[in-house]
Amino acid sequence: MSENILRKEEKIAFELRALYQKYGYLPYKMSKFETYDLYARNKEFLEGARIVTFNDTDGKLMALKPDITLSIVKNDAHSLAKRKVYYNENVYRASKKTEGFKELHQVGVECIGELDLYDVYEMVCLAAESLKKISENFVLDISHLGILTAVLQGLNGGKDFEKSVKRCLSEKNLHELKSLCTEKGISSEKLTSLIGAYGTPRDTLAKLETLCESAEEKAALAELKSLCALLEKTDYADRIRLDFSLTGGGNYYDNVVFKGFINGIGEGVLSGGRYDRLLARMGKQSGAIGFAVYLDLLENWDREYRETDVDVVVLYDGGVAVETLASTVKALIAEGNSVSAQKSQGELRCKRLVDLRGGKKC
Amino acid sequence: MLNIALPKGRLGEKVYAMFEQAGYECPSIKENNRKLIFENKEKGVRYFWVKPSDVSIYVERGAADVGVCGKDILAEYEPDVYELLDFKTGVCRMAVAGPKNFRDDGQHTLKVATKFENCAKAFYAQKGRDIDVIKLNGSIEIAPILGLSDVIVDIVETGTTLKENDLDVIETVFPISARFIVNKASFKFKTAAIEDLTAKLRTMLDEKERE
Repeated sequence: MSENILRKEEKIAFELRALYQKYGYLPYKMSKFETYDLYARNKEFLEGARIVTFNDTDGKLMALKPDITLSIVKNDAHSLAKRKVYYNENVYRASKKTEGFKELHQVGVECIGELDLYDVYEMVCLAAESLKKISENFVLDISHLGILTAVLQGLNGGKDFEKSVKRCLSEKNLHELKSLCTEKGISSEKLTSLIGAYGTPRDTLAKLETLCESAEEKAALAELKSLCALLEKTDYADRIRLDFSLTGGGNYYDNVVFKGFINGIGEGVLSGGRYDRLLARMGKQSGAIGFAVYLDLLENWDREYRETDVDVVVLYDGGVAVETLASTVKALIAEGNSVSAQKSQGELRCKRLVDLRGGKKC
Repeated sequence: MLNIALPKGRLGEKVYAMFEQAGYECPSIKENNRKLIFENKEKGVRYFWVKPSDVSIYVERGAADVGVCGKDILAEYEPDVYELLDFKTGVCRMAVAGPKNFRDDGQHTLKVATKFENCAKAFYAQKGRDIDVIKLNGSIEIAPILGLSDVIVDIVETGTTLKENDLDVIETVFPISARFIVNKASFKFKTAAIEDLTAKLRTMLDEKERE
C-alpha cells in the first residue's frame, strides 16, 4: 500500500539512496542557502546557469543552491580516508531552456580523496546501477577527456579554436569541424577520428589505438582501457558505450566523464565525471569523482494516468449524523478503499458512490 | 520507427525530396490535404510538418528523433542536439546590414534591430562592442530607415529586399544552410536506424555535390 503512495521519482530516490548507502556512502544534508561568492568564483562549473540571489539579514549576498557538488567540495576537510557522500536535494536554477527559475530534484554521489582505478570503477558501476533502477533499457556513455586534451595540445590551435572544437565534438558536427580546421590550417584527421569514435568499448578502443600517438594520449587511453576491461565483466557490459562527443562542462573535467540515457527520455538523466581540476582550483591536493541523477526528468516519462481520484465518494448532508458518516467512512476504509466524504461530488471521479443524503442508506 | 520533423514550407519540401531520393519515401505526404503526420511503416519513417523555428524544440525534447533545421535557428537557440549533416540547401547568411554609406564610428552604443537576439549579442560581444538590442518580429529592414536602429542583424539571401530599402550588407555574421539534427538520446537507442539514414543521406549529398 505505502509503495503505491510514492510517485515514481520518489520511489527511485529511495532506491538510489539505499544503493549508495550499501556502498558506504554517507548521507549529506545541507542548508538550501550558500554564499553567492562561491558561485561567482566558480562560474564555469555551473555552465552559465542563472542563480536566485538574496540578501541575508546581515546584508551578505546569498544564493539558493544551484548546485550541490561545489558545496560538498568546499566543505571538504582533509582526512586520510576518502570522503564518500550522497545527497538528495533540490537545486534552484534557470537555464537557457527553462522560462524562469525552476526547482529541480537531484540525487547524487561524490567521492573525494586520493582516487585510484577502483574508485573510478565503483563510481561508473554506481552510475550504471542507478540507471538500471530507473529502467533496464538504459545506455551509459563514457569518455576520457585526457585524450581530447592531449590531442588539442598537440594541435596548438589556441583557446578559441579549442572551444569551437569542443562544440563541434559535442554536436558530432563533422562538416563544421572540417571547415574550422581548414580555416586554421590545422590537420583535422585526429579530430574527425575522435568524432567517429563511438560504440561498444571493444570496437571503439580498437579505433583509438591507432589514433593515440603521444605519451599523454597513450596514458589516457591506457586508463580508459583498464576501466573498460573491468566493466566488461559486469552484468551491464552491453549497456556501456564509449562516445567522445561527451566533452564535459567547463574546464573542470579532465579525466573520465559519463552520461546516462533512458529509452523514452529525450535528454540525459545522469551526468558525472572526475573533476580533480575543481579541487586544484580550490587549493586542494586531491581527486574527486561524482555524478548526479536528474529526477525531475522522470516526472513526464511513462506517465500513468489514473482513471479515478478516489475509490469511494460518500455524499452526506445536514441530516446525516456525524457518527453515521464517520462509521460509514471507517468501514469503507477498512475494506481497503480510499474514501472522500463530500457534500456534493463535483469533479471527483470515483469507482463507487455512497449517498447518505436525505436519510438514504446508500 | 523514426520520427522526422520537417520545416513547413519550401525548404521542407526540398528536403523531403532529398529523403525520398535517399530511399525514405512516404507517398501519402504528397496527397493534397491538411494532415500534418505521414507514415511509411515499411520504411520505418514518420514525417511531420512543424513551424521551421520549432523543429529544434521537437528534436531536443525527443518528440522527433531527427529533423531538419536552418543553422540560424541552431545558432539562436543552441539546442542540445547532434548536428550530423549539412544539406547545403536553403543557403543564405546571417549578416549585419545598414543604410548605404553607414559607418560605425564606435562612439555611441550601437542600436541593433533583429529577430535573432542571441546571435546579435554574441557577435558584438566577441568584438567587445556595446550594443542596444531591439527585438523585432518582422519587417526588420524598416528599423534603420525610421531611425529605430543603426543597423540590423538578419538573414540575407539575395539581398534584393535590402537593396529595395536602400540598405547594404556591412559584414557577414555566419553562413546558413539546412542541417540534419538528431536527438541525443534517440541516437543511443535507435543507433542503427539513424546511422543508416545518415549514411544514405550523406551518399546522396556527395553525389549531388559531384554533379
